[in-house]
Amino acid sequence: MDKILISGNWACGEAAIRAGCRFYAGYPITPQNELTEYMAEHMRQAEGGTFIQAESEIAAVNMVLGASAAGARAMTSSSSPGISLKQEGISALAADELPAVIVNMMRGGPGLGNILPSQGDYFQATRGGGHGDYRTIVLAPSSVQELADLTMDAFDLSDAYRNPVLILGDGMTGQMMEPVVFGKPRPRRYSEKYVLKGAGEGRSRFVRALILDALRMEEHNWKLVRKYNVILQKEVRFETFRTGNAKLVIIAYGIAARIAKGAINRLRDSGYRVGLIRPITLWPFPAQIIRDTAERIGSFLVFEMSTGQMLEDVKLALEGRARVGFYGRPGGIVPTPAELAKAIVQEYQR
Amino acid sequence: MKKVFSRPRSLKNTPFHYCAGCGHSITHRLICDAVDQLGIRGITIGVPPAGCAVLAYNYFDVDMLEAPHGRGCAVATGIKRTLPDRVVFSYQGDGDLAAIGTAETFHAANRGENITVIFINNAVYGMTGGQMAPTTLLGMMSTTSPPGRSATLDGHPIRMSEVLARLEGTAYIERCAVNSPQNILRAGRAIRKAFRYQMDGAGFTMIEVLSQCPTNWKMTAAESCKWVDEVMAQAFPIGVIKDIRKGEKHAD
Amino acid sequence: MQIKTVFAGFGGQGVLMMGYSIAHAAMNEGLHVTYLPSYGAEVRGGTANCTVAVSDEEIASPVASQPDFIVAMNGPSLMAFQTRITPGGTFFLNSSIVEGRPNRADVTLFEIPAAGIASELGSPRVQNVVMMGAYVKATRLVSADTYLRSLESILGARKKAAMEVNRKAFSAGYDYID
Ligand SMILES: Cc1ncc(C[n+]2csc(CCOP(=O)(O)OP(=O)(O)O)c2C)c(N)n1
Ligand code: SF4
Repeated sequence: MDKILISGNWACGEAAIRAGCRFYAGYPITPQNELTEYMAEHMRQAEGGTFIQAESEIAAVNMVLGASAAGARAMTSSSSPGISLKQEGISALAADELPAVIVNMMRGGPGLGNILPSQGDYFQATRGGGHGDYRTIVLAPSSVQELADLTMDAFDLSDAYRNPVLILGDGMTGQMMEPVVFGKPRPRRYSEKYVLKGAGEGRSRFVRALILDALRMEEHNWKLVRKYNVILQKEVRFETFRTGNAKLVIIAYGIAARIAKGAINRLRDSGYRVGLIRPITLWPFPAQIIRDTAERIGSFLVFEMSTGQMLEDVKLALEGRARVGFYGRPGGIVPTPAELAKAIVQEYQR
Repeated sequence: MKKVFSRPRSLKNTPFHYCAGCGHSITHRLICDAVDQLGIRGITIGVPPAGCAVLAYNYFDVDMLEAPHGRGCAVATGIKRTLPDRVVFSYQGDGDLAAIGTAETFHAANRGENITVIFINNAVYGMTGGQMAPTTLLGMMSTTSPPGRSATLDGHPIRMSEVLARLEGTAYIERCAVNSPQNILRAGRAIRKAFRYQMDGAGFTMIEVLSQCPTNWKMTAAESCKWVDEVMAQAFPIGVIKDIRKGEKHAD
Repeated sequence: MQIKTVFAGFGGQGVLMMGYSIAHAAMNEGLHVTYLPSYGAEVRGGTANCTVAVSDEEIASPVASQPDFIVAMNGPSLMAFQTRITPGGTFFLNSSIVEGRPNRADVTLFEIPAAGIASELGSPRVQNVVMMGAYVKATRLVSADTYLRSLESILGARKKAAMEVNRKAFSAGYDYID
């Protein structure tokens, strides 16, 4: 298939449509507007496709809820402030066990913050984000190609587990263009029995999140946990980079991981033994590989474009088995590989 | 003997949990009657709200998808756009529709979403215990307007039907009541008509129902029926508010 | 090899197109490439810029804190970027418009009267492609042939006639450098 030069926002939209997404609702916010605009143009051309510019992010995610229950592969996207508004709907999707894909091209925060690339929404994404005991699968692409691939995977994962899946990109992943080869669409595997389409001649069904009886509510919570445990076992994804013989391992995801690779390549050239673990799923978090690595390596450096959020997951994974340093630049700063290399050297020489 | 009254087929055989004299139960029944009469049970999908009617799926024998508080019209939009040949209705209280869900309602109406909204106006937040609603009448006491609703502090009661009627996307809006046999019959006809409009693709339809809440109004069932006529209907006049097909001949 | 270029100018000068076309050509030569437009508040006030990174290995950051090449299509772009260029870097100036010259002694300077050449060709709008002719020749990032093929596929369905004048513009810029 042809390689094309395409921006992350467009690639995400295109991959979604190729994956069979036929319902998109969104609300404008920088830096993901191009995704909404792409859907406005292309979803209408896709057979049976629906595009709605919603009146708010809240409306958009609730439209997705309706469309998903009615059997459509459905998606919404936004950037940080809008994702906060979507939490009500994401919580409802998780409670109802409905599939949906939600894209967050993160920007600087808190509050309106700015429109520059940032990684400040890690906690929100990996802890469910809304109210209640639930989790969402969180995929963190670090290139436009990976964004396209993960978007297609996201639909399959959300169907397989009937759970919302978040794609956690950032302003940079959305805005930059890179060559992309789109994967082949796979047939959808989602049982019709979960689709609400009118009772026909049969029994009526309902989908709801309200469970007033405490014991039944508890059972629903444990049922979700059992599902999450399967996800924890089966869906962890990560990449390791030059960790062989390393003395210090960097842990970074998304765009930050790319920068880390650049820094590591420089440092390896000057004889520093450094490598990278890049979580691709932020939830489920690749804790095991980090623990395993700690058998050989005594020291880690977490690098994030935030004040330190994934840092907590790394510490939880290590349970004190190794030293964990941190280097972070929040607020829309994208550090250079050279800047990060300096921070790594400091940690290395400790 | 001729059977003149029975439980509609699309109403489950489950006792209502609503308070005695509550307008919700009557309205549920009217919706089910309409569904039966139009023969659409198998293609109808309902959207219950957060509110006293949150358990509506225990009563309606049609497919249902619960909406978060206020989002009924957005959820119904998602369903209807995905399955355009189904009959989709959202069932919402006044807090749900005219406070937290105003934006979703207004914009679904403005887009002319081909859905039907059953809007239960009982002038209070029933489920949460009788707080002031956007429809609470001036001077009316509630747990959050203890001295009575004040125009200066709390604003005026919102007449949503009149507001939405101004939008191009709305096809048919009628305000009904369920406090007397005549009004109940009329409300039933209105609901049926709204579904029929939807089936013809006419656009957004809404039936507002002035609905007794004896519990929070602190009245007996009989008093509350009287109060609808004497007080509530003065602020919320009953009748057709908009009908784009006015003048056309209908079956009923 | 990893080269980062910033293309900057007024909104209407086709600056994003310059970056996009060279990124496209680099992709077609099998190189790694990233293209990053400035967005949001940065594009207010009618200026635009984009950054293109070209490399024979994976590109770490699409941002250029110290660009190797800067293509300045107007005066403000020169002012904005002259402090950021890497020591030993190269400036391409649209010398028919830009009056100032870099205040840095450690850079190579190409002065291309791109706007003037384009006017002579009867099509002021192709000043960006004139500049690209000079840029491709001087940097050798991609071959002229690949670049023109990319340009053609980008203009593609839009206009065959447009390609004619663009080809001329490219050659004029290309030949301006010896
Ligand atoms: C986000 C959110 N806020 C508040 C509530 C609590 N709540 C449940 S129902 C309701 C209002 C119910 O009033 P109304 O819509 O008028 O319906 P009624 O109960 O009177 O039929 C409220 C505030 C909620 N469920 N969700
Ligand atoms: S509180 Fe009011 S609205 Fe709710 S069930 Fe009782 S009477 Fe009906």
